[in-house]
Amino acid sequence: MSYEILGLSALWFFLFAYLIIASIDFGAGFFAYYAKQTKKDHILNRLIARYLSPVWEITNVFFIFFYYGLAGFFPDAGYYYGSAMLIPGSIILVLIGIRGSFYAFENYGSRSSLVYTFLYGASGLLIPAAIATGLTISEGGFLREANGSVYLRYTELLTNPFSWAVVFLAIVSVLYISANFLTYYASKAGDEPAKKLLRSYALFWAAPQIIASLTAFIAISRQNPEHYNNMLDLWWMFGLSILFFLIAVYLIYKEKRFGLSFICVMLQFFFALLGYGIAHMPYILYDQIQVAADATLPAMGTALLLAFGGGLLMLIPSLILVMRMFLFDAEYVKGKK
Amino acid sequence: MFAYDSVILARMLTSMTLVFHIIFATIGVGVPLLISAAEYIGIRKRDPHYVLLARRWTRGFVIIVAVGVVTGTAIGLQLFLLWPTFMQIAGHVISLPLFMETFAFFFEAIFLGAYIYTWDRFKGRYTHWYLSLPVIIGGGMSAVFITSVNAFMNTPQGFTLVGRTITSVEPLKAIWNPATPSKVFHVLTSSYMTCGAVLAAITAFFILKYGNNQYYKKALKVTMIVTLIFSIFTAIAGDTSAKFLATYQPEKLAAAEWHFETEKGADLILFGKLTEDNEVKGAIHLPKLLSFLSFGDFNSEVIGLDRVDADLIPPLWIHYMFDLMVTLGAYSIMISMLFVLFMFWKKRDQYNKWLLRAIVINAPFAILALEFGWIYAEVGRQPWIMRGYLRVAEGAVSSPYVHIAFAMFLILYVLLGTFVTVVLVRLYKKNPIQKEWEQRFPDTLFGGDQK
Ligand code: HDD
Ligand code: HEM
Ligand code: HEM
Repeated sequence: MSYEILGLSALWFFLFAYLIIASIDFGAGFFAYYAKQTKKDHILNRLIARYLSPVWEITNVFFIFFYYGLAGFFPDAGYYYGSAMLIPGSIILVLIGIRGSFYAFENYGSRSSLVYTFLYGASGLLIPAAIATGLTISEGGFLREANGSVYLRYTELLTNPFSWAVVFLAIVSVLYISANFLTYYASKAGDEPAKKLLRSYALFWAAPQIIASLTAFIAISRQNPEHYNNMLDLWWMFGLSILFFLIAVYLIYKEKRFGLSFICVMLQFFFALLGYGIAHMPYILYDQIQVAADATLPAMGTALLLAFGGGLLMLIPSLILVMRMFLFDAEYVKGKK
Repeated sequence: MFAYDSVILARMLTSMTLVFHIIFATIGVGVPLLISAAEYIGIRKRDPHYVLLARRWTRGFVIIVAVGVVTGTAIGLQLFLLWPTFMQIAGHVISLPLFMETFAFFFEAIFLGAYIYTWDRFKGRYTHWYLSLPVIIGGGMSAVFITSVNAFMNTPQGFTLVGRTITSVEPLKAIWNPATPSKVFHVLTSSYMTCGAVLAAITAFFILKYGNNQYYKKALKVTMIVTLIFSIFTAIAGDTSAKFLATYQPEKLAAAEWHFETEKGADLILFGKLTEDNEVKGAIHLPKLLSFLSFGDFNSEVIGLDRVDADLIPPLWIHYMFDLMVTLGAYSIMISMLFVLFMFWKKRDQYNKWLLRAIVINAPFAILALEFGWIYAEVGRQPWIMRGYLRVAEGAVSSPYVHIAFAMFLILYVLLGTFVTVVLVRLYKKNPIQKEWEQRFPDTLFGGDQK
């Protein structure tokens, strides 16, 4: 396999990982706010403090990894996105700033105010919406080149039904993924009230999630027929995705095997994102950036891959260590440590 | 028209973010060393007071790191948002250290999480302490990688550029460029020095406020020794940096030294003022010292600004930045040296009020020295963004919205700055040391004396 395909696969995999773990974090923000509004916050707060606080920094590094990696393997993609995303990118950063400070506040400040919880919750929905614009732009038609520079067509972006379909999908998916994971975590912690509450959230968001996915799927057909047709050729991947969705919902509904159910949720997104990504080939940014033509030079590509391999060798054992401490250590999860 | 404005604004926004980030990043790099040292001494000497010290430092540290992470994420993305052309060209070369930096972040973040949440969880005496080592290494490595990127901007090498296209790269040569060793050395030592100074200042402040005791004495001893060691190393590293500049980036050194004529046995000029027609007034001249600083030989020839193209001369006000950095560094060496001397020289009291006050001041001084040093290094690179290849104006984004982004970040940093201060003060007020002491060591008075 060529280095650019390997690099792209690595990036894809980290994007997928970010999608899952960041969704858990972002969605929890919204639920925390919602629970506070409905006076159920005492049920959720402990869960957030015990699971999310230790890992939010790690989550954030996935984001950095993705943009450094994308620009490393495909410097021209970095150029196009960098030039165009000034405002959406700055908004993302400001929102990340708000979230980061929340964790410090939650941990050490006195009880957090309603305003702050609101900001925490709102940023959890707005960040994915803003990041999703990156995917929207990749379908082509949103950039304008003039005077040797690249500009984002804001009006086009804001009035196009496709971009709103993507935003809707991003937000709903975040809530769906998060509710599913937190249900599992609460059940592991033996926290009945939290589990009941979160399970109801998970069920509630299942239907909107699948509707949003289908809407976005159809919206692509108008925005970018070529990509859409490629996706139809990979229909079985999306079929698998729906199958795993159904299994996940069934398990949650029957209140059994929450762990397995969450794995199905991950597989649902795995196949959807994989199908979407493969169909996107050979373009990274439609019409402008192609995988093979716009990759970095072989010497750099190889060096990046080596660094990636070395990094993984170090990263995987460390991650396993942390997961065993915070995620799979029954005593810690139950709050006894 | 707005192309020009967006260059200025992009520079202002980049500087603002970096000046803000560097404070938190430095603490992120240096404080783990002190935390680890305190915990180690505590375990080694079976003295729980040192471990308590490490614990209390860690709590504040976590909050600072949170801000370091968000501002770092900001500057990382801003490099692409504000300097797309620079990153398109340089990205072919420097993406490797940036990419490796993320692994250092992972490493640091993972083990920091593990470290904070596992006090008292292990049976082995040293097990928890081991977790601090990867945090030190992760923070240090992230500084190494990012500094090598900055070094590359000063002395780019390891690629061939044809027009706007890079046609070949040697990634390792680019990372290990001539500026990397001295810069990495100086950045790391100054981080450790600054963190020692900051923690010492906090301790000295409490002694002045609440009176002295054994606990504070231990804290001050550790922090002042670290400050002394790394102040000296910072000066040595600064000297290494100056020697590097004399050979590879003479215009930066010449501009900082107001060294107009190339000459042998050049004087070192301290302070002073520059008149309209570039005459130096009221400065202290140290004969031949610049030659010595540059090459280790009092009679060597130092390149002056007469050998530099007029439009490639960096702004001359960086002289003040350089002088202030050096002066503040000398101050830190002096103060910490006095303290350590008094420790051994029994006739003098190292806890006398004036010395303690001087130690308190040393913290803002060290942070200022850090900022001045960076401003000197960055402004001294002007007009280049990538020396010899790309000018700042060519690297910048052209967008009519940079001022909006600037305003957004300004508000964000003001809020974040206020926020960390408030949270830190509240954190230590809510759980003052006296109270925690009573819970942990009910048999002794605060400080360690028997009841
Ligand atoms: C606590 C902070 C601190 C202190 C006390 C000093 N420095 Fe420094 N200096 C830095 C913090 C710093 C820095 C922030 O770390 C810089 C900015 C860029 C760099 O590489 O290091 C720097 C840059 C810098 C440079 C430019 C390097 C370059 O652009 O490549 C030189 C020549 C010196 N320093 C020299 C000195 C000397 C001779 C000092 C005498 C004591 C000194 N510094 C003290
Ligand atoms: C963290 C400490 C740093 C501080 C305080 C700092 C400060 C500054 C300042 C004041 C400027 C504006 C110079 C001018 O416009 O005259 C600047 C520019 C810049 N710096 Fe740094 N810098 C730091 C480190 C770095 C590092 C490590 C990098 C590289 C990764 C970097 C990349 C840049 C870039 C791309 C610019 C814009 C181009 C330019 O104006 O030269 N900086 N920085
Ligand atoms: C020499 C100056 C710098 C040093 C020593 C430094 C060091 C650090 C450290 C230690 C952290 C971890 C956060 C913490 O522990 O406080 C951090 C965060 C970060 N820095 Fe800097 N940094 C510098 C300048 C820069 C520049 C110029 C960039 C952009 C290219 C950058 C990008 C980042 C990013 C993306 C993060 C967030 C990492 C995370 O989420 O954990 N840093 N920096």
